[in-house]
Amino acid sequence: MTQTKKSSGHPLDGLLRLDRIPHIWCPGCGIGTAFSSCLIAMKTSGIDLQKTVMVSGIGCSGRGAGYVNLDSYHTTHGRAIPFATGMKLANPELNVVVFSGDGDLFAIGGNHFIHAARRNVDMTIICINNFNYGMTGGQVAPTTPYQAKTTTTPAGNPERPFNLPLLAYASGATYVSRWTILHTRDLMESIEEALKKRGFSFIEVLAPCPVNYGRRNREKALDSLKIYQERTIIKNDAHPTELDIDFDRGVILGKFIDLDQPTCTEMYDKTCRPKDLLYD
Amino acid sequence: MTGDVACAEGGLAAGCLFFGGYPITPATEVAERMSERLPEIGGTFIQMEDEIAAMASIVGASCAGVKSMTATSGPGFSLMMENIGLAICTETPCVVANVQRAGPSTGLPTQGAQADMMQARWGSHGHYEIIALAPSSPQEIFYQTITAFNLSEKYRLPVLVMTDEMIGHLSERVIIPDAKDIKTVSRTRPKGRKDRFKPYRPGPDGIAPMAIAGEGYNIHMTGLTHDERGYPVMTVEAQYEMMDRIMKKVRQNLDDIIETEGYRLDDAEIVIVSYGVSSRTCLAAVDEARELGIKAGFLKLITVWPFPEDLIHRLAERVKGFVTVEINLGQIHLEVERCTAGKAPAFLVGHPGGTIIPPERVIDLLKEAF
Amino acid sequence: MEFWRIPLDADEIQITRGIVHIIEDRCKGCGYCIEFCPKEILEFSTKFNQKGYHPPMVVKPDDCVNCHYCEIICPEFAIYSVEDTMNMEKAQG
Repeated sequence: MTQTKKSSGHPLDGLLRLDRIPHIWCPGCGIGTAFSSCLIAMKTSGIDLQKTVMVSGIGCSGRGAGYVNLDSYHTTHGRAIPFATGMKLANPELNVVVFSGDGDLFAIGGNHFIHAARRNVDMTIICINNFNYGMTGGQVAPTTPYQAKTTTTPAGNPERPFNLPLLAYASGATYVSRWTILHTRDLMESIEEALKKRGFSFIEVLAPCPVNYGRRNREKALDSLKIYQERTIIKNDAHPTELDIDFDRGVILGKFIDLDQPTCTEMYDKTCRPKDLLYD
Repeated sequence: MTGDVACAEGGLAAGCLFFGGYPITPATEVAERMSERLPEIGGTFIQMEDEIAAMASIVGASCAGVKSMTATSGPGFSLMMENIGLAICTETPCVVANVQRAGPSTGLPTQGAQADMMQARWGSHGHYEIIALAPSSPQEIFYQTITAFNLSEKYRLPVLVMTDEMIGHLSERVIIPDAKDIKTVSRTRPKGRKDRFKPYRPGPDGIAPMAIAGEGYNIHMTGLTHDERGYPVMTVEAQYEMMDRIMKKVRQNLDDIIETEGYRLDDAEIVIVSYGVSSRTCLAAVDEARELGIKAGFLKLITVWPFPEDLIHRLAERVKGFVTVEINLGQIHLEVERCTAGKAPAFLVGHPGGTIIPPERVIDLLKEAF
Repeated sequence: MEFWRIPLDADEIQITRGIVHIIEDRCKGCGYCIEFCPKEILEFSTKFNQKGYHPPMVVKPDDCVNCHYCEIICPEFAIYSVEDTMNMEKAQG
């Protein structure tokens, strides 16, 4: 006999703005899974959720901030990181999580990303990489693979994509990892680790965009996930230069960088504050 | 001290604890002063990677509960427009000083102008209300920066301090009063049950109390059109409601916001309208004109935006004409012309930028036109 | 494709049992939970939810080990499992 346990709803309901669910993400879109992993990580990490804020830019992933039942800020396109930098420096007690997409963080916001990483601002960046601009209907992004079709590269993408972990590493990020939405548990644990870590943490999450990217590249949502299963290799501590995304060759996942370095706020206090202000 | 330093000191006197900046002539000295002073008093200075980031950072800092400001000049002001719009839409208080230089584009970096006045009004996309002040001396920069903070905190919007290279780099005596004699205003904070708080439900004064990050209100802020809960709502009705709030909080408080000064205006037949550094030209011109028997008076705009429409309108009923003096080729002049509604002629003494306008040019026009 | 070995302490490990809850009207029918359930206990149901999708249904309820994989991979917060404390049992060796 199976006794049904009385249930009080989905375990994440408390962290969701339920009056805004269902979210806008399409069927099969991976952002929801990444978002879910992020919320679970927030819960399990034990960080003070009242002091936790989510900041997003613009785009499909940028809608993340709108669904989390925490202080949440949906800013302008590409500017989530400088907005979040202002928040963190103004109130270092806040745990700042930036949840946004590849176009937002690395095309229009690329400059902000490298500088926040250089400064080692203590924040966690979760970048949903779905290889295109989904919100506007599937245009080429700085992460679109070479030769992939999008609405603005109908003959195939003539450009090369970014290797995001390499960029993050070169810019000074102190935690860098990459997972896919199929690797939910690793992803969740990685986000949890990043949330608890001091310094600039970057997690790239590969996620399918079946409606805009998948459709033009003959890849249904489940196909994408099967590719994530079959053509990825988990290789922690891989050197960031090996991390180009080429599914024909195999894509490397894992935690690549985990360093302990003084944060922006710590260095500012040490360098700029008069000593008597520091110890009262 | 110089006007730029006075600007930084005014910000500090108003309670500013965060400055996100980017170097630009002729506003750099504001950032330099702040970088020295803020860490001493528990605040934070950061030089961001560009003006877009500088503006975004001060909006973020303000949302985290700290009074924040930045300072820039024309090219940087252009880049800041994006997030000035965000601050307007999310109703986030902050202060932007624009130490104007001649443009367009890179223009004359080391020489002043007053040619960003319309950009101050309409530079960010969409329709909105904004407050812009125009000081005419380092002492006024000091006080008006405080006023800018007070207005921005009271009405929850970005306030612009439109100074210029001439007064920014002008050294004059600035008297800084005791802290207890400086009136500072801070945003209204919410009371009552946190779970029932609606971040954009206006209080009795038409302005919504502002919850800051980390207090447990779980607020959402977005640059999308939003309802009282702060949630995006993509309807015409929501747009009406939101626009109504951000317009009305300024339009219904014009008497509280708008500040002007008159000089020999009571019996004036000709009103010289000016603001900022050009005020100095006009004070001299009025005295000179009076000596020549021309009954001129000077209306100094301390608040340029919102524009004192009613005042110009009333004056137009009784005077012979208006002369606007400004270091551009006709911006506020257009406003004056509009507000006279054809009841009195409006003339311009303009300048393409790079130097101040000598009083003789005003006198010449007065002689010629009246 | 089950090429993993049986752990040496498999006899002693308590396998948890779970009960799957499905919030049918949140489902958008992506099928991730069905495809990737390690115990293959889910299938598409034939009925439609409010949005017109076929939500999953539990076809082998006794096989759920409460691993929560469906719960995390579901992009819609539409499925979760809770521990079935009444039916804990020793694993078969």
